[in-house]
Amino acid sequence: MKKLKVILYFPPESTDKPFTYHLVKDFDIVFNILQAEVQPGKRGRLTMELQGSEKNIEEALEFAKSHGIGYRPFNKNIVRNQGECMDCGACTAVCPSGALYMDKKSWELIFDESKCLLCELCIKACPVKAIDVNMFV
Amino acid sequence: MGKTFDEINEKIRQGNAVVVTAEEIIGIVEEKGVKEAARQVDVVTTATFGPMCSSGAFINFGHSDPPIRMNKIWLNDVSAYGGLAAVDSYIGATELSESKGMEYGGAHVIEDLVNGKKVRLVAKSHGTDCYPRLDIDTDITLKDLNQAYLFNPRNVYQNYNAATNTSKDIIYTYMGTLLPGCGNVTYSTSGELSPLLNDPEFRTIGIGTRIFLGGTQGYIAWEGTQFILDKERVDPEGTMYAGATLAVIGDLKKMSSRYLRAASFERYGTTMFVGVGIPIPVLDEEVMAFLSVQNRDIYTNVVDYSVPRRSKPSLRKVNYEELRSGSIELNGKTVQTAPLSSLNRAREIAALLKGSIEKGEFFLQEPIQAMPKDRGFNPLKDRAVK
Repeated sequence: MKKLKVILYFPPESTDKPFTYHLVKDFDIVFNILQAEVQPGKRGRLTMELQGSEKNIEEALEFAKSHGIGYRPFNKNIVRNQGECMDCGACTAVCPSGALYMDKKSWELIFDESKCLLCELCIKACPVKAIDVNMFV
Repeated sequence: MGKTFDEINEKIRQGNAVVVTAEEIIGIVEEKGVKEAARQVDVVTTATFGPMCSSGAFINFGHSDPPIRMNKIWLNDVSAYGGLAAVDSYIGATELSESKGMEYGGAHVIEDLVNGKKVRLVAKSHGTDCYPRLDIDTDITLKDLNQAYLFNPRNVYQNYNAATNTSKDIIYTYMGTLLPGCGNVTYSTSGELSPLLNDPEFRTIGIGTRIFLGGTQGYIAWEGTQFILDKERVDPEGTMYAGATLAVIGDLKKMSSRYLRAASFERYGTTMFVGVGIPIPVLDEEVMAFLSVQNRDIYTNVVDYSVPRRSKPSLRKVNYEELRSGSIELNGKTVQTAPLSSLNRAREIAALLKGSIEKGEFFLQEPIQAMPKDRGFNPLKDRAVK
């Protein structure tokens, strides 16, 4: 099993196709939509995490390409500056996935990157700007 | 059989005072009982490290040549008060930068000073015969200043509301970002470690009490603004305290940004995280009984911050053990809870204070005046419309 976060780019003519249906039905992909901007007749963008066998993920992305849907693996992650962080917990108030949470013994902030949905709400919620987005190519 | 401040200070001087933190005392009292714990333990340290908006610093810049009577003052583009004598000023934590807005404020100026950074001072004057200069634009650092002392009119809230938002829209508050439809609950306290929850009736804390403030030794200068002593019983054994507060003072030149941090809450503005530790002398069993307080017995209201009124409705009462569990029940739904004050850093302060008392570097100061018992909570009335 493999997990991959990707951004999919839909040309205007593709936004009315049931793409996610095919992901499940034809390629047995479990997906989680992180961010979606899809409107009929307009260019669309869908950020999602795909989970499935390596072969199925590859084939699903090939399928997307053959239908004019471009894709890019995720090129950023959330980073926490440990030295700046005060372990206050303000970021945990807005984290929708429980990726940021307080250790109930030490009351240190824990960041479980595997659960991060890259919503970026924590960046602004941090009172000392100790959380940032790291871009990579 | 009680102890006096002098007797405890003598033990500290001899290096044999028994000091524990307000979290450690809970287990000791459970094991040995209040009476025996009161006999064995001399001092209990309490602490908090959270956002405290009513903070700021008095500064004396020294005189330029020719001298100026500063009327309008900016520090790194943040307005400071110019209504004192010629080169005295007060910079408040929540004053925002005129160029950077909510990203930078008075709190950040104070932190930059504490970190030894250069701060740009711009001042203007109407000019007088005795102070002829009309403007100045220069750089200052903390060590150049004659005096720089933190004076926070309202810190160390005894108890504070937990916050939620019943509206359909996200709201941005000093209690952090509150998600719509009661999407979260935030709270700000160190609970059973919190200073004024451990001496709720001010048996030992008063004006003149020596405290840990921002990394050095400071003092309680006065009652805090909006100080009120009140409590409500909550069944079965809980208590909900109102909002006693403290005005505190200490030398900024000796402080550290580990315990005094500038902060910015999205779409609210800037504030300051202030680290305060207060030692509580175990004078008698009653003092010890208060010190044994636990999170499960301390209550607060979950208040709806989407109501734009002075009195906001409370959805329920909740104790700090429930809040710290990570979620509470609210209108039949499980809602995640999040702290805003750092318990981790508060524990560090309580341990530091404990260490300095054990080493004979920190002595207890008996209050020179008790806190008032009769303060009310007066509202601000609008002028009557004719």
